Amino acid sequence: MDNAIVVEHLEKRYGSVVALDGVGFSVPTGSVLGLLGPNGAGKTTAVRILTTILKRDGGRAEVLGLDVGANPQAVRERIGLAGQYAAVDENLTGDENLWLVGKLSHLDPKTLRDRNVELLERFDLSDAAARPVRTYSGGMRRRLDLAAALVHRPEVLFLDEPTTGLDPQGRTGLWKVIEELVADGATVLLTTQYLEEADRLADNIVVIDHGHVIAEGTATELKAGLGATIVEVGFADAATAQRACAVLRGLGSCDVESDGQTVELKSNDGARVAIDVVRALDGQQLEPASLALREPTLDDVFLSLTGHGAEEPATDDVPATGRRRTRGAA
Amino acid sequence: MTATTLAPATVHRPQHSSMYWAIADTKTIAWRNLVTLRRLPQLLVFATVQPVIFVLMFRYVFGGAIHVNGSLPYVDYLMPGVFAQTVAFGAIQTGIGLADDLNKGLIERFRSLPMARSAVLSGRTLADLTRNVFVMCLMIFIGYLVGFRVQTGIIGLLAGMAVMLLFGFSLTWIFAIIGLSVTNAETAQAASFPILAPLVFASSAFVVVGTMPGWLQGFAKYQPVSVAIDATRSLMLGGIYSSPGKVVASLAYSVGIVAVFAPLAVRRYRRAA
Repeated sequence: MDNAIVVEHLEKRYGSVVALDGVGFSVPTGSVLGLLGPNGAGKTTAVRILTTILKRDGGRAEVLGLDVGANPQAVRERIGLAGQYAAVDENLTGDENLWLVGKLSHLDPKTLRDRNVELLERFDLSDAAARPVRTYSGGMRRRLDLAAALVHRPEVLFLDEPTTGLDPQGRTGLWKVIEELVADGATVLLTTQYLEEADRLADNIVVIDHGHVIAEGTATELKAGLGATIVEVGFADAATAQRACAVLRGLGSCDVESDGQTVELKSNDGARVAIDVVRALDGQQLEPASLALREPTLDDVFLSLTGHGAEEPATDDVPATGRRRTRGAA
Repeated sequence: MTATTLAPATVHRPQHSSMYWAIADTKTIAWRNLVTLRRLPQLLVFATVQPVIFVLMFRYVFGGAIHVNGSLPYVDYLMPGVFAQTVAFGAIQTGIGLADDLNKGLIERFRSLPMARSAVLSGRTLADLTRNVFVMCLMIFIGYLVGFRVQTGIIGLLAGMAVMLLFGFSLTWIFAIIGLSVTNAETAQAASFPILAPLVFASSAFVVVGTMPGWLQGFAKYQPVSVAIDATRSLMLGGIYSSPGKVVASLAYSVGIVAVFAPLAVRRYRRAA
C-alpha cells in the first residue's frame, strides 16, 4: 500500500532548543496515524512542517509523494488542517467561515455553495449557519473548524489535538465525526495527548517524547509489549503492600503505585493470573482490600516508556515556537 | 447525508494566473475584514471618538489661544491635522487585527491554504484603507459642523483626501509588522502608541511648528506626518498654505514607506507562526 505521508530523520530546532531530533514515521493511504506524546514532545512541530507552515532543518518530509519544502503550494491544495485552537473567525457566521476557506482554496463559487450546505448539514450546524461564531459552543467551533478543513475535499487530513479543551460530551461527539471520516477512507494524521483518543481512532500509533520516536505499533501491540493483563490489588497499609509486592514478583513485573497501598502486577498469563495472585496472597495471609483485573491502557504504555504519565507535561518543556509559548507547546 | 460528504476527492479548481489569485485572495481577505467591521460597529466608533474629542477640544477650548498665520480661522488649520491623527491612530488597528489573527490561529490556517502569501496583508491593509475613507468622510462632516470650510472646491477636497488616505495606507504596512511581531492585540496597541505619539503631536497638526523650540522644529517640519498635513492643507485650503512641493514630498514619503515596509511585512508574515 502507498504511503500518504513519509517522514524520515526529521529535524527542527528553535535556536538552541531541539524540537524534533530525527523523527521518522509513515502513514499508509487510508489509515489513521495517532501521534502521541506529552506537551512539548514535538507533535505540533511535526504537523506544522508537514502542513508547510514551518520549514524543517533536516530530514525528509513528503505528503502524497510531494516534498513539503519544494512543493508547498501543491501540498496545500491537497491537505486539510484542523488546529489545536479552533481557527475560525468569531465575527463571521459559520457559513461565511466555510466560504472564506473555500474561496482561499480557490474553489469555484458554485462548487463551494453546494459544499457548504452539505458540510453544515453533515456537521449539524445548519441551524447555526447564519449566526456569528462567537455565539457557538466549544464543540460547535471544533466541528466548524473540522468542516473548514474539509471544504476542498483534502486527501490528507491533519488533526492537531482536535479535542483538547472540550468537555467529555463534546469530545465523544467529535470522535464520532472523526470515525465516520475515517470510515470514508480519509488519511488522517492525528496528534493527541489523550491515550483514549489514540486508542479509539488510530490504526497505528507513534509515541514521541522530547523530539524522539520512543515506540510505535498498533494500540494492541503497544499494550502487548507491556504484558496482556494488569492486576491491581489494594491493601490497608503500605507495609502490607510492600510485602505483597515481594510475594507477587514471581508472577510477573510488580510495582507499588504512588499511593503506597496499591500493588500493580503485569502478567502475560491472561485472566488466570488472578487465581495465582489470590493463592499467593492467601499463602502468606495477606488480605487484599480490593482486587481488580484490567487490560492495560495506553497510559500504562506511556508510563513505562517515558517514566512519566502522558498528561503531565515533560519536566523540561520544549516550547512550540521560540516565542509563542502561550499557544500550547507541543 | 451520504458517506460521500467526507470522502476525499479531487475538486475542480478554475485555472488562473498567480496575479489573478493574488488579487482574488486580497479581495476575499478584505471582504472578511470589512464584514468584521460591519458586525462590530463599535470599532468604527472607537476610531472616531478620539478625533472628534480633539476637534471639539482644539476648536473650542485651546483654539482661542493658538495663533495661526493668515486670515483663515483656526478650525480650517486644525482639520487637516485631525485627519492625519485619525488615519495615523487608525493604522494601529491593522497591527491589532493581525496580532489577533495570529493569536487565534487564523494565520496558521491561512498559511496552510493554497492562497497567495501576500493576500493576508494586502487584504487587511485594503480593508483598513476602506475604513479610513469612511472615517475621513465622517470627520469632514463633523469638521463642517464646527465651521471647517474647504477653500479650493471639490477637486481640492478630493485631492487632499487622496493624499491623506495614501499616507494612512502606507502607515498600515508599518503597523502590520508590529502586529506580526507581538503575541497579542494588547501588546500591539501598547507598542504602537509610543511610535505614533511623537509623530502626531510633534507635528504641524495642532500648532504652527514655528512656535516650537528650535531643536524640535527640524524634526517637526520634515517628518512624514507634518508633510502629509501640510500637503493636505495645500490642497484643501490653498492661499498661504499652497505648497506643491509638500504634496510631492508627501506622495514620495507614502510610496517610499510602502516600498520599504510592505516587503518587510510580507517577509515577517512568512516567518510568523
